[in-house]
Amino acid sequence: MTPGLRIEDVRFAYGAKTALDGVSFTVEQGAFCALLGPNGAGKSTLFSLLTGLMRAPHGRLEAAGHDLGRAPRRALACIGAVFQQPTLDLDLSVLRNLTYFAALHGIPRREAEGRARTALARLSMEERAHERARDLNGGHRRRAEIARALMHDPAVLLLDEPTVGLDAQARAALTAHVHDLARDAGLTVLWATHLVDEVRPADQVVILHRGRVVADGAASVIAGPRPLTDVFLSMTSRRAA
Amino acid sequence: MSPHLVALEAIVTREALRFVHQRERFVAALVRPLVWLVVFAAGFRAALGLSITPPYETYIAYEVYIVPGLCGMIQLFNGMQSSLSLVYDREMGSMRLLLTSPLPRGWLLFCKLAAGAAIGVIQVYAFLGLAAAFGIVMPWEGYLLAAPALAITGLMLGALGLLLSSFIRQLENFAGVMNFVIFPMFFLSTALYPLWKMAESSPLLRDLCALNPFSHAVELIRFALYAKPNPEALGWTLLALAVFAGLALRGYDPARGLIGRKA
Repeated sequence: MTPGLRIEDVRFAYGAKTALDGVSFTVEQGAFCALLGPNGAGKSTLFSLLTGLMRAPHGRLEAAGHDLGRAPRRALACIGAVFQQPTLDLDLSVLRNLTYFAALHGIPRREAEGRARTALARLSMEERAHERARDLNGGHRRRAEIARALMHDPAVLLLDEPTVGLDAQARAALTAHVHDLARDAGLTVLWATHLVDEVRPADQVVILHRGRVVADGAASVIAGPRPLTDVFLSMTSRRAA
Repeated sequence: MSPHLVALEAIVTREALRFVHQRERFVAALVRPLVWLVVFAAGFRAALGLSITPPYETYIAYEVYIVPGLCGMIQLFNGMQSSLSLVYDREMGSMRLLLTSPLPRGWLLFCKLAAGAAIGVIQVYAFLGLAAAFGIVMPWEGYLLAAPALAITGLMLGALGLLLSSFIRQLENFAGVMNFVIFPMFFLSTALYPLWKMAESSPLLRDLCALNPFSHAVELIRFALYAKPNPEALGWTLLALAVFAGLALRGYDPARGLIGRKA
């Protein structure tokens, strides 16, 4: 089976400053992978590369078997992305935000409206379709963005610190929603975060620190008998010294 | 409908909706040239004698002379404002969203340009309507022929804005754009004075004006408004459009990473 995401020896530098230093890992189809790393570990750089905003001068990134370097358009077509900064047009309704995005993917209006309803239903947001994005609370805005990222039926869903700025309750709900998407819809999820409590024991965890992968495996295995938080902190502070 | 057209329609509609929401922007876009027309030109008509130069066939009042230049000014501001919205979009992340579309990046940027140019053309016609109310009326064919000319000049100035937006990192730098792009381009052009008038004061200024692509845009609009051909201005404007668009596309190329640098 083709993996959902394959990242092979990716290097990237901003001028002289190395951001990614030979990052490699694979996420199986339908798996939920938490990309854990302190701020500045290189998570956002990896997201920029995975969403085609930048191109990696070295290494290989594949989404659902499509090489982002060689066939970026085919790869982008199977990626849904939720960025760290909110990207909703606040003056438009939720539905309009979704259909606009669908149009960017070449999906005509009529079809897009149907898809928008399905996507919103998947995130229990149907009744909000006609509300202005500005009137939604933070958690619902995020959910609308996730629904939007699902409009073109991607195989891979990328989320860059999607819970930033949400309260504990909304954070838990959102985390649960996305875990369900991976389990029920066979979606490959890459969830970047620095908050360990968003990770479940069965999730794959990739710990990124200073542009390198320092751990890759099931959360329960990496943690062993200790809490994952302790393991994460010791891995990312020890090497920082 | 092909995916390309679906995206074009959506992007144009979104820009148009944003424009409708920002009523102040429309008012500002009209008041600016009107102030020039009513205040500046009224003061200058006494000071500045204009001889008969093509496309004019009779002596004209100064305010008649500057109308095409003011049309260009509207488009210049509009082009820069679109680029401002691009910088803003990029900061807000919706440009990122646009760029994750699997459609060709060149096409997406063209859609943005076309949307901006369309809004500029609407503003220019509104201004021409007001100018007509002040008694500055063009031949009717001129109003028709101005449409394609304005589309080309609008795209050219929008492409310049797009190019600048690929370099500008932050919103604050937009003041610099005002000082170093809008003002020199407008003042060192044929928008306010004809070339021969510039030559009287300084041959260097005259040459700068003749090289300025904005001069050619203004002349293209001026001749179109009087239903006269001006292949030279058309050629230079198209060339400038091609160069600016080419460089802008380069600026948004992910391999060069210009846009990728941390915002």
